[in-house]
Amino acid sequence: MISLLRAQLRKILGGLFKKKKQVKLGLYGPPNGGKTTLANRICMDWIGEEMGSTSNMAHETREIQIKEQITIKSKTGKEITFNLVDTPGIATKIDYEEFLKYGLKEKEAKERSKEATKGVIDSIKWLDDMDAVIIVLDSSVDPYTQVNITIIGNLQARNIPVLLVANKVDLKKANIKRIEAAFPQYEVVGISAKDGTNIDKMYEALFELL
Amino acid sequence: MSKLMIQYVMRHEMEGLNSEQKIHKILDIVKEDKLVLMEGKLKQAEEAELIAFTMQSISKKFKGIEIAVIDPSQTTDSSFLTRLKSKVATSVLGITSGLTVVGPASIVREIKQDPQKIQLFTLNIGRGK
Repeated sequence: MISLLRAQLRKILGGLFKKKKQVKLGLYGPPNGGKTTLANRICMDWIGEEMGSTSNMAHETREIQIKEQITIKSKTGKEITFNLVDTPGIATKIDYEEFLKYGLKEKEAKERSKEATKGVIDSIKWLDDMDAVIIVLDSSVDPYTQVNITIIGNLQARNIPVLLVANKVDLKKANIKRIEAAFPQYEVVGISAKDGTNIDKMYEALFELL
Repeated sequence: MSKLMIQYVMRHEMEGLNSEQKIHKILDIVKEDKLVLMEGKLKQAEEAELIAFTMQSISKKFKGIEIAVIDPSQTTDSSFLTRLKSKVATSVLGITSGLTVVGPASIVREIKQDPQKIQLFTLNIGRGK
């Protein structure tokens, strides 16, 4: 009886002093899908500053980056606040020689490669910490890859809500239908993080997700 | 002329191994520049771990892997009963259907896949494709 009362007391006190949970919204996907461009777009839209640097060279983002307390507002007046987590692109291979083609010196390329491998491991580790995830895919390339299937499957297994974003719809080769066909269980929002096309639609979809 | 070695890993070879042992078994074969053709598939969490272990192993010689899974239970034309049987077999008996292909990135340039077939593009073999 006493132990029961103690447990009840702990529960009540725990509830009183529990901090409000910070919602973590992750940006995941393969390298060069436009995760950081989208992160910058979201940050510029709502807090007026960028999050990270972007580049055509893969693995530009090699560390987890977090922008805290971003509040977005819907047209109907709803508000949501989250911590935005930009993650390094997940890949199954990294070859430092690829970076040499972009003019890096061998030492720099090797260092970038080393940082990129660590970045991929960190992205995978952080999967468990996410409350919701936007998967950012380049709509001009084949989405049916094992990396994409693995990322989505792992989020699904953890019951983490997912929004699929088909980025780079400004490109001629963009094909949203291909992404819809590959992952029919998810709503796909076609956007261009670069020029802002359909970004409002993505925000509306976020309100349903979070 | 270059050659591509394929090592077939039967289901019973993986039975009784924990996740880390399975991943090491696959990576050890791939690091010998062989293509793994594995009966069944890894669990989703194991696939993520395979990527993480691959990243830990990247070196001047080992550039990583290419991986694809053919999963009959995921095909759009498979019946509800087929998908249900597959789910029961996976969750109750631990049996996973399908076929997993893992190759070294230094040899396999790309694997294009859909739920029913894969196309494997190689480097350094014949004319490079």
